[in-house]
Amino acid sequence: MKELICICCPQGCHLFVDEENDFAVTGNSCERGAEYGRTESMAPVRVLTSTVTCEGGAISRCPVKTKDAIPKGKIWEAEALVKQTSIKAPVQIGQVVIADIAGSGVDLIATKEIGALK
Amino acid sequence: MYDLIIIGGGPAGLAAAKAAWDKGLTKILIVERNWELGGILNQCIHNGFGLHHFKEELTGPEYAARYIDEVEKTGVEVRLDTMVLDIRQTERKEDGLPVYEIPMAGKECGYTCELTKSVVLAMGCRERPRGGVVIPGTRPAGVFTAGAAQRYVNIDGYMPGKRVVILGSGDIGLIMARRMTLEGAKVLACVELMPYSSGLNRNIVQCLNDYDIPLYLSHTVTEIRGEKRVEQVVVSEVGPDRKPIPGTEMVFDCDTLLLSVGLIPENELTQGAGIEIDRRTKGAFVYENMETSLPGIFACGNVCHVHDLVDFVSDESERAGASAADYVLKKKAVSEAAPVVTKNGDGATYIVPQRIRPENVEKFVKLFFRVGRIFPKADIVLTSAGNEIARFHKKFLAPGEMQNIVVTKEVLSKATEELLLTVEEIVETEVGA
Repeated sequence: MKELICICCPQGCHLFVDEENDFAVTGNSCERGAEYGRTESMAPVRVLTSTVTCEGGAISRCPVKTKDAIPKGKIWEAEALVKQTSIKAPVQIGQVVIADIAGSGVDLIATKEIGALK
Repeated sequence: MYDLIIIGGGPAGLAAAKAAWDKGLTKILIVERNWELGGILNQCIHNGFGLHHFKEELTGPEYAARYIDEVEKTGVEVRLDTMVLDIRQTERKEDGLPVYEIPMAGKECGYTCELTKSVVLAMGCRERPRGGVVIPGTRPAGVFTAGAAQRYVNIDGYMPGKRVVILGSGDIGLIMARRMTLEGAKVLACVELMPYSSGLNRNIVQCLNDYDIPLYLSHTVTEIRGEKRVEQVVVSEVGPDRKPIPGTEMVFDCDTLLLSVGLIPENELTQGAGIEIDRRTKGAFVYENMETSLPGIFACGNVCHVHDLVDFVSDESERAGASAADYVLKKKAVSEAAPVVTKNGDGATYIVPQRIRPENVEKFVKLFFRVGRIFPKADIVLTSAGNEIARFHKKFLAPGEMQNIVVTKEVLSKATEELLLTVEEIVETEVGA
């Protein structure tokens, strides 16, 4: 039996996940909690947000995020790739910065528009 | 002559501008001191914004962009790199409304004064600095507020340190614990004076637990050591009186101390204008339409009271912007009757709005408040002149999460002069023997 605090809403339910019984969740107040308990126990995922170097723009850092959540185990590998990456202004919101980051099947995208310096 | 000047181009100012434009005002000016719109959202690169407002999880810059795009589609004027210096009342009247004079200094406009019929205060808040919390010890480099560190890392691309202790468990502190870790720093501890965190549960899980960063509740920093740069900080446990317990000291070898110890509304302009300030919220007293004690001057967002979610800042600011439009276009009669004054009783630390003019309320008014401690279950009770007029059942109340209740016009009609809000804890008792 594994104990988790649900992060779906501020209520913060204490979930109990039975790994030996098909990851059955108890202690949840809603269906989202049950889903979170299952995913978090079987294959936890997170959205990674960070910044990459941006050249020729009004600012030198461009904020980025993974378009969807990626496996928690791939966060460090993804962040290492982010650190090596540099892009050139102009940058559009949603522009793909690294496709299929760390083999997760998820793209890393820019989250800010950065105009090129004249 | 402007219809409306909005001071601050962050989430509050942007939402107010959009709402005022949609309501029919055409001469609107946003004055922003930074080189771009969006305010503090620009450095909040993490996600989790917009769940209420847009029903999706956005990062700070994305949330700001949504509003900036909306405002750019309107005829709202924007002055960047410009700082408002004062808000002055004049002898002049325009269409029967008092005219305000707003002196400002900017990169493009130089020093200039603009006249306006109404003002929205949307200056936001700033972080409580080290001087706001008493920490004995030397004054070395390496002590930053969490928000300053966030700016260095996310906008300027500098790392403020390598080994970090964080004092305070507010959301910015928790977010920075994760951010500094991802950027290669070692975050040794997050230290919280209170027996509970003031941050959201999801941030404790995603920012501390995910990266095995210990959270010390009922602890505080009792000494900072180091000559030129922070070398060590001493952390002690505190008793129920929040005083350090001798003998419980832990020493952390670190080069950086981040402070996440609260936010204070930025009200120098408000006070300078002679607007009444509520010492509980540290923002202006506001009426049900977000109008301050000066007619035609409205306040919204973190300059009025510190919010935890930007979604609620946007909602409140849309109301302030719409109210400014109603005021200038004279959509509502000016009330002469004395307002109902809201008061926070036991268990509540403040209420916004502080004053309600019942005849200005169309269907309902939302009261926003914070509780003084954690209540697993409680009733929010409204009384007026000693009579209970409404009761709301609530679960999981914590000081870190702003609460609200909806008071209908009918309930409000039972209130005379004063409306007292108290929080009554419900203690579960076992049924049967």
